[in-house]
Amino acid sequence: MKPSRFRYERAESLEDALQLLASEADAKVLAGGQSLIALMNLRLASPGVVVDIGELDELRYVRREDAMLRVGALTTQSAVEHHSVVEKSCPLLAEAVGYIAHGAIRNRGTVGGSIAHADPAAELPLVLAAIDGEVTVKSSGGGARVVSANDFFRGFLMTAVEPQEIITEVAFPVADAHERFAFTEFARRPGDFALVAVACKLIMVGQVVRSAQVALGGLGATPVVLGGLSDINLPVARAAEVAANTAHEFASESTSDLHASSAYRAHLARALVKRAFQHATASEA
Amino acid sequence: MISMGRRNWTLRVNGATAEVEVEDRKLLLDVLREDLDLTGAHAGCEHGVCGACTILLDGLPVRSCLMFVGQAEGQDIETIESLGGPEELHPLQASFVEHLGFQCGYCTPGIILTVKEFLSRNSTPTREEAREAISGNLCRCTGYSQIVDSVLSAAEAMRSSEAS
Repeated sequence: MKPSRFRYERAESLEDALQLLASEADAKVLAGGQSLIALMNLRLASPGVVVDIGELDELRYVRREDAMLRVGALTTQSAVEHHSVVEKSCPLLAEAVGYIAHGAIRNRGTVGGSIAHADPAAELPLVLAAIDGEVTVKSSGGGARVVSANDFFRGFLMTAVEPQEIITEVAFPVADAHERFAFTEFARRPGDFALVAVACKLIMVGQVVRSAQVALGGLGATPVVLGGLSDINLPVARAAEVAANTAHEFASESTSDLHASSAYRAHLARALVKRAFQHATASEA
Repeated sequence: MISMGRRNWTLRVNGATAEVEVEDRKLLLDVLREDLDLTGAHAGCEHGVCGACTILLDGLPVRSCLMFVGQAEGQDIETIESLGGPEELHPLQASFVEHLGFQCGYCTPGIILTVKEFLSRNSTPTREEAREAISGNLCRCTGYSQIVDSVLSAAEAMRSSEAS
């Protein structure tokens, strides 16, 4: 399959890109293209104008600023993978990136692009949700706003980003000494879209999990943060059981589809949450 | 207004400049195959999963089926044709021949370029590391075992030619 006809525009500056989006009714932003071009090749997307923002080097950076790890939207997933600042300040992000597709995809795919596309099984949206990250969105004429993770994902492939806006930065809170993290997912073949993905943040007091934030992907239209775990106050093994059962109950309500039944997803959710808790606290013993 | 015509694009492919005149929507994969006669990159799934279209862009493996021609301007593109030929095979090509690392050959260019970049980062791979490195390239013929043998043998050959 080949994409349908469109006009290709290469933005020379961020403002240039924003003005193109503002003036064209049927335009889409092109960053790494690993989601958009795949959709266009299958003709699931057919914008009339494609605005390539690949030249905007000012959107490629990784910097730690106080309590936030700030990642420029055009930073590739490869650049984030194995990045020493990322490994030190946001271990959940460092762990999750390696699960994204394959190396060749990560060499072009961008952090901003993955967040903007918001596939329900994608890793980066899940990380954003699990640790309450933030997304900076800009519009033409200097407009800028910051959207928090819990307000960002609106529905299936739908986010808070308006058609004329571009994500410029994705920010993740820096890990605190009392926090433990784990990311895990299950797919039939490594690199496939996850059937179920789990990202968790545990706030520890000694060997006790005081609070757990567990985000599940692949179970609905958007990442879901499980309720009822924020004041859990249990030793790890017991906390893991409670969280896993909560995940199982939630996942039992998911829709069966071509890839998995809801029963299978529920089973995966329970197993992966347990595994995540074990993995996150592995160095506690 | 949607452009119905072709435009001129300037690409750098295998060390040489190439001018092509194609529609905005043409994929880099199709430009290489149809306009530059570089048919080593293959069309498989055309949505990034199979790896048959893999080329090196500024030294990194990427899916040429997931790039428009406009995105490829200003970058260095390397295809399998740059690696060697019948008169003189690259050690990777020689190793794949010797260890039966291919049968139909459809996945082979993508795999060899992926492996070339992998070995530049890890010249002493374990079997498991080699398997992980090729996990983004699908092969329907070999069952992968001989591909991994070829990778390890090439790694050894390239190490000893570095040493000599």
